[in-house]
Amino acid sequence: MVTSKKGSALTLVMHASVLFLVILWTIPTAGLFISSIRDKDQLSVSGWWTALSTSEQRLVERALDPTHQQFEEGRWVIKGNLMGNSDGEVVRFGVSSLQPEAHAVGEVVDRKGKQIQVFANGDYTISSDEEMSGRRGDRIFFTAEIPPRFTLDNYREVLSSEGLGQSFINSLTVTIPATIIPILIAAFAAYALAWMKFPGRALLIAGVVGLLVVPLQMSLIPLLKTYNLVGEFFGVGSKTYVGIWLAHTGFGLPLAVYLLRNYIAGLPGEIIESARVDGASDFDIFRKIILPLSFPALASFAIFQFLWVWNDLLVAMVFLGNNEEHLVLTGRLRELLGSRGGNWEILTASAFITIIVPLCVFFGLQRYLVRGLLAGSVK
Amino acid sequence: MADLKLTNVKKVYANQVEVMRDINLDIKQGEFIVFVGPSGCGKSTLLRMISGLEEISGGTLEIDGQVVNDIPPSLRGIAMVFQSYALYPHMTVYDNMAFSLQIAKVEKGEIDKQVRRAAEMLQLTPYLDRLPKALSGGQRQRVAIGRAIVRRPKVFLFDEPLSNLDAALRVATRMEIANLKESMPDSTMIYVTHDQVEAMTLADRIVLLSAGNIEQVGSPLELYERPQNVFVAKFIGSPAMNILPCTMLAPGAQTRVALANGHQVSVPIDVPAADQGKAGFFGVRPEHLLLAQSEDEVLLEGEVSFVESLGEATLLYVQVPGVEDMVIAKQTGTLAIHKGEHVRLCAQPEKLHLFNEQEHAYR
Repeated sequence: MVTSKKGSALTLVMHASVLFLVILWTIPTAGLFISSIRDKDQLSVSGWWTALSTSEQRLVERALDPTHQQFEEGRWVIKGNLMGNSDGEVVRFGVSSLQPEAHAVGEVVDRKGKQIQVFANGDYTISSDEEMSGRRGDRIFFTAEIPPRFTLDNYREVLSSEGLGQSFINSLTVTIPATIIPILIAAFAAYALAWMKFPGRALLIAGVVGLLVVPLQMSLIPLLKTYNLVGEFFGVGSKTYVGIWLAHTGFGLPLAVYLLRNYIAGLPGEIIESARVDGASDFDIFRKIILPLSFPALASFAIFQFLWVWNDLLVAMVFLGNNEEHLVLTGRLRELLGSRGGNWEILTASAFITIIVPLCVFFGLQRYLVRGLLAGSVK
Repeated sequence: MADLKLTNVKKVYANQVEVMRDINLDIKQGEFIVFVGPSGCGKSTLLRMISGLEEISGGTLEIDGQVVNDIPPSLRGIAMVFQSYALYPHMTVYDNMAFSLQIAKVEKGEIDKQVRRAAEMLQLTPYLDRLPKALSGGQRQRVAIGRAIVRRPKVFLFDEPLSNLDAALRVATRMEIANLKESMPDSTMIYVTHDQVEAMTLADRIVLLSAGNIEQVGSPLELYERPQNVFVAKFIGSPAMNILPCTMLAPGAQTRVALANGHQVSVPIDVPAADQGKAGFFGVRPEHLLLAQSEDEVLLEGEVSFVESLGEATLLYVQVPGVEDMVIAKQTGTLAIHKGEHVRLCAQPEKLHLFNEQEHAYR
């Protein structure tokens, strides 16, 4: 009994900690997502955690100009609504910028011979005994209680006018080949390093492991110089998609070869021998036995490489540049941070667009992630 | 369906360790040969050399009169059944069996015919669409055998195929393999095991290996009744044969030997006269030691220090004065003999064995 009590208390603590961690880790993403679908005016005045409550906003609208005045019951009248299409309730209003909350709704305020009246639903009437003149309408300041409003406008805006759509496609153009190419090469290499006997095999494996520790930053400049030379020789620019695919392939290969080799070496040798007795060549064995069986390892590496390339800024900056038609999502985000730093609705929506693909990849393949990694490295 | 001939075959690993030496073996078409021996004796290595998975370092291997040393496994006309089944886990039973034919680009209708024939033989037809993970251990082993049958090999190689199965299934699968052999009398089968029961029940001939050498080749009963040396004598039979040091007193058609305790025994085995006075070994199987009825037939006597009742038999561990190792006597049925009792044991003279100082048997 004592042990079981102790056990259940421990379980409780464990569950509580797990819950705590999950919440802690989910909050930023949730906040980002909620912010990105809020109305931009609400977003700028209150935090995302208030998204579901009514917010009080101080707004200013210009009333319709005098060309809209009509003659009714002996007076010139302009009628309109301050709230436009949005819901909400006006609580106070004012007619001067110095006293934006001077009057309660329903009150009739005199301003330069005009009587201005604002109602809770946003309707206003401006009336005058004489015909009104002037080019512009009066400014009406009002405080409104606006119910929560969610919208996809932010996304519409960033995808079209902010160039994020183009960057999204650029990022995919970079990421997909930069994920597939290293996997293909590494799978072949891993099979050879695990199951084919040839002199120098152990040295090659040691070399691959050694390459794991080479920092990427160190090789950027020599690599770029080489690219420039090669580009000059063939008469093409040095900053092309092919270039960045190759760069990411190179940076991803050591880990890919290492992980896949460990996994493939852990496959039962008798299966491979059996296939050999059955007459399969090395290529047959690779294609028909090894590839299907190492799918978990391939998938787990694919996730890693995809996330790494998708989130990469440095390599993209160096090998693809900052020009408009090549800018990847991370680069675009950085630019937005500079040019639209105050527009949270733009930033949050862009950020969420940036993480949505990694999220899909992760949830789509996550069951291979743990299994594949453990199987590859612990074995 | 072929003869196999191994001439001076040896295996040397890269670190110059010689694991197999001068293996000479003739295997006739249609024979069921069992390689048996303690673990590490090289029986699996020998099988893998025959299959081509392991390189042959010296000597020649002929299948059907053709030297196949440098021919890859798939072209040697062999099929192998592995200990761990080695099924392709991502393929159905059908695809597992069809794999080798697909690789060989056999025409589809023919593949189907072969696979269905093998499945029929092994009662696997209902399982053809399943994945290996949905099969029991015995069924998996049958698929592995089916995969071998489909290839119509000249030689079947079995590498400890039953050691992953539980005891009951092992007996059943053993009988299936025996039936399989009966239904394909022309195919040669080589079977590796460390289990002497499998060896005794399945083999036409047993090849007993120890530390990279062939100790004896012969039919199961030959190995049991006329072991060539002490190693074979002790390996075949359970419990192992009692081996007692002795001295040749009077060699001849009837040889008199003196045991370590001074007791003299007459054995109807011809020992050359030159060996008079030399040391040797006297052997008798536990199941041949009976309780003596009269004084003059007593072979060994001593105190029972341990009794094991197995139901069908009783094992007596007898401490014979002057003899270092305990002598084991296996009596049929249950006996009312207890620890500490004094027993007298006898044996029929023709069931006794004599070995010389080099542990070779006298004939």
